[in-house]
Amino acid sequence: MLERWHFDRPLFYALVILSVTGLAIVYSAGGDNLNMTIRDSVHLILGFSVMIGLAQVRPTTIARWSPYLFVVGFLMLIAVLGAGTVSNGARRWLGFGPLRFQPSEIMKLALPMMLAWYLSRGPLPIKLPQLLVSGAVILLPALMIIKEPDLGTAFLIAATGFLVLFLAGMGWRTIIVMAASTAAAIPVLWAHMHQYQRQRVYVLFHPESDPLGIGYHTIQGMIAVGSGGLLGKGWLHSTQAHLDFLPQSSTDFIFAVFSEEFGWLGVLALITLYLFILYRGALIAYRAQDTYSRLLAGGLTLVFFLYFFVNMSMVAGLLPVVGVPLPLISYGGTSVITLMAAFGMLMSIHSHRSIAA
Amino acid sequence: MRRSGHPVSAWHWRRVLALTVVLAGLAGLAGRAFYLQVIDRPFLLRQGRAREVRVIERSSHRGMILDRHGSPLAISTPVDSVWAVPQQLRFSRAAWPALAQVLGVPVSQIENEVADAGKGRFIYLAREVSPDRAARAMALGIPGVALQREYRRYYPSGPIACQVVGVTNIDDQGQSGLELAYNSWLRARPGKVLVLKDGRGQVIDEVGRLQAPKPGRNLVTSLDARIQYIAYRALKHAIRVHDARSGSVVVLNARTGEVLALVNAPTFNPNRRSDRIPRLMTDRAVTDVFEPGSSLKPFTIAVALGTGRYTPRTLIPTSPGSVQIGPDVIRDTADFGLLTVAGVVEKSSNVGASKIALTLRRRDMYHMFRSVGFGSPTGAGLPGESLGLLSLPETWVPVRQATLSFGYGIAVTPMQLARAYTAIANHGVLLPLTLLRRDTPPPGRRVMSARIAGELVRMLEMAASPNGTAPTADIPNYEVAGKTGTAHKADSAGYHRHEYVASFAGFAPASDPALITIVMVNDPRRDGYYGAEVAAPVFRRVMSAALRLLNIRPDAPPPQTPLLARATADRWGA
Repeated sequence: MLERWHFDRPLFYALVILSVTGLAIVYSAGGDNLNMTIRDSVHLILGFSVMIGLAQVRPTTIARWSPYLFVVGFLMLIAVLGAGTVSNGARRWLGFGPLRFQPSEIMKLALPMMLAWYLSRGPLPIKLPQLLVSGAVILLPALMIIKEPDLGTAFLIAATGFLVLFLAGMGWRTIIVMAASTAAAIPVLWAHMHQYQRQRVYVLFHPESDPLGIGYHTIQGMIAVGSGGLLGKGWLHSTQAHLDFLPQSSTDFIFAVFSEEFGWLGVLALITLYLFILYRGALIAYRAQDTYSRLLAGGLTLVFFLYFFVNMSMVAGLLPVVGVPLPLISYGGTSVITLMAAFGMLMSIHSHRSIAA
Repeated sequence: MRRSGHPVSAWHWRRVLALTVVLAGLAGLAGRAFYLQVIDRPFLLRQGRAREVRVIERSSHRGMILDRHGSPLAISTPVDSVWAVPQQLRFSRAAWPALAQVLGVPVSQIENEVADAGKGRFIYLAREVSPDRAARAMALGIPGVALQREYRRYYPSGPIACQVVGVTNIDDQGQSGLELAYNSWLRARPGKVLVLKDGRGQVIDEVGRLQAPKPGRNLVTSLDARIQYIAYRALKHAIRVHDARSGSVVVLNARTGEVLALVNAPTFNPNRRSDRIPRLMTDRAVTDVFEPGSSLKPFTIAVALGTGRYTPRTLIPTSPGSVQIGPDVIRDTADFGLLTVAGVVEKSSNVGASKIALTLRRRDMYHMFRSVGFGSPTGAGLPGESLGLLSLPETWVPVRQATLSFGYGIAVTPMQLARAYTAIANHGVLLPLTLLRRDTPPPGRRVMSARIAGELVRMLEMAASPNGTAPTADIPNYEVAGKTGTAHKADSAGYHRHEYVASFAGFAPASDPALITIVMVNDPRRDGYYGAEVAAPVFRRVMSAALRLLNIRPDAPPPQTPLLARATADRWGA
């Protein structure tokens, strides 16, 4: 029985402000489409429910689930490669009747949970055997996601794993060795990349080479951001999104619409809001009372940073185009649930501390 | 208690590193946004505007083609073409049947168009539909469907002036006839409009007008729609009665060289695109040549009179109705005996013409044929005009010189023949032809003396008299001057024994010519084939109606009772 609601007020408020902003931008980006906004708010309500539900679960219980969730997620990735649904040339989805979802979404949570669970069972800082096992736990699902192919997600999930390893006390030398081997792996990876993936990287440096083809996303994103100016054109007044020049204006490129409508000051405000959530996550990690909680909280917080940073950088023309939504702002189904589940776990970790501390 | 079991130092540098990376990343992002939104903004704004604001063309209507009195021969009416962006239309498949019904096309056509479009961004759903039909299609509110204002050419006179007026194609450009010849005068200059477009290419709003669309200019032609209609009816009638293959009629104003009517048969309906068969669209009066036969004789006689060795009364023996020239024999239809030069024209004696021709210099005959316009453009400026065939005099063997004198071995267009007759009707001065209304007579070129022209007129009057070869050309109350022509048809295989071209060339009133009419009927297969039987009646029908219509003063009033005659004389101030 619950003796009280487990909850984190500052985090909750920040998330609500962010979600409402997101709904407003989705409404604008979708061409003042109320239906789309209503569907998005349903996703958000569902996400908030998952968050509050998970916040009531004890961190120890979550820790116990971690390996099972990872195994289930891993099996689903195998299933996707065998019998997934193909859409836009990639096999990323598993269909159950009318529903379909991406198992890589589960992996976004299952991998840090698994690593936090595994590493918290041994002595810290980690030693070489643990490092090797962790490496396998990270690379196996990542490689399978690359196979789908979904390079961006694979990269983010691998990065999630390494962030947890980093927090678990990887040594200087290990970090340097890994950074070096990653650098060495880049040419190999480049050789195995699909043509369109290579082009996405190429246009980042030369967007003007093909403004109507592969450079289109990057250029239109930059034009939209730049059109905003210091103060922005005001809500519902972005021309690039409203005139359908901006591709995926309500999902991956919604930051461009936001920038066009609210300008540089709006961007600063948004970054500040994200920074506050980061601060809250870091605080929760800092105050966590056991190794699993601390690793998980720290890992999830850094992953959150990684997501919105990668998305914003992509729209601003700093990183190649990858399919990563802007957390809580982009229109999205499963990604909202995953994200809110992560915040639910953060709340659980924070509110289940023994008061003695 | 808080950091149970972990060395403080290890956590410390990790925290600093993570914090540094996060803050540096966010600062970099804010800096990048500042660069794009403040420093690079003018460039990006310009780029954005270049994508939103486009210049598009706005069409206007083509000029009208009018007859000399202003009645329309070709007019442009506004219509709408319905087009669509196939990528958007794909999403509203359920609305296709309704759309197809409104547009009057089968649903399968829309399905095929969309399927064939692939990645294309533009398909026509229906072209040239009436504005209210187009409005009903738009009222369905299907995304991706749009209108384009166009102008459809309509020809009120239908088949009557179909070849001379010509037609335009679906893009409103002239394809034949006057539509092609004066395309740059008639065509509209599209205007330029600045519009706001969305990413799918749809026009959202009109921002400004850079250049107003300029409608085409009207073309006032020399044609007289009423005479055109008279000529059309007369020719159609002859073609039907004589089961002929084709025919042409040209009516000229004898004083100005203006073309008043230009008719060819068979005809087509220019308002029906399916009727537009190239064979029917050809303006045969200017593109097709024929051997004129005897209607050329007056020009041979003109050369003879010009030498001073012949007068209209000089006697030419034509017995026994044939003459041997080398291995060839030239025959008349009968033995006319001893004929005057005028009698050669009146009775149309090939033997007489040949005998005269053989006494003339080849160069003189060639010069006469060239100077009345054979082998040269007529000046009418219609597309595809043929120059005809006239060989150089150095190549003429005696029999060729003889046959040329009565119109064999030379090929002319009806238009060229009509022009040549302006010299006879106009006191020896040849006029350039035109299809545009002339307010003052053009300067002509003298090709024979006025005296010779006058003598030719009298001979042609006799030819059209009851004693001549073409009594069928006779018109009540008017003196007619004219000459029949009947020629065997020729092609690369030689002359056809039973295929003829019947023609008549003439003018009236003979005392002061107002109208010249050329009739050519190709391959009449029933009820005669002589020019007098086939072509002269057409001439009479056209001329008698046209002369009355134009109020031309009669020069041969019928015998009247003395009382009436006096009254008439008083009124005319005689």
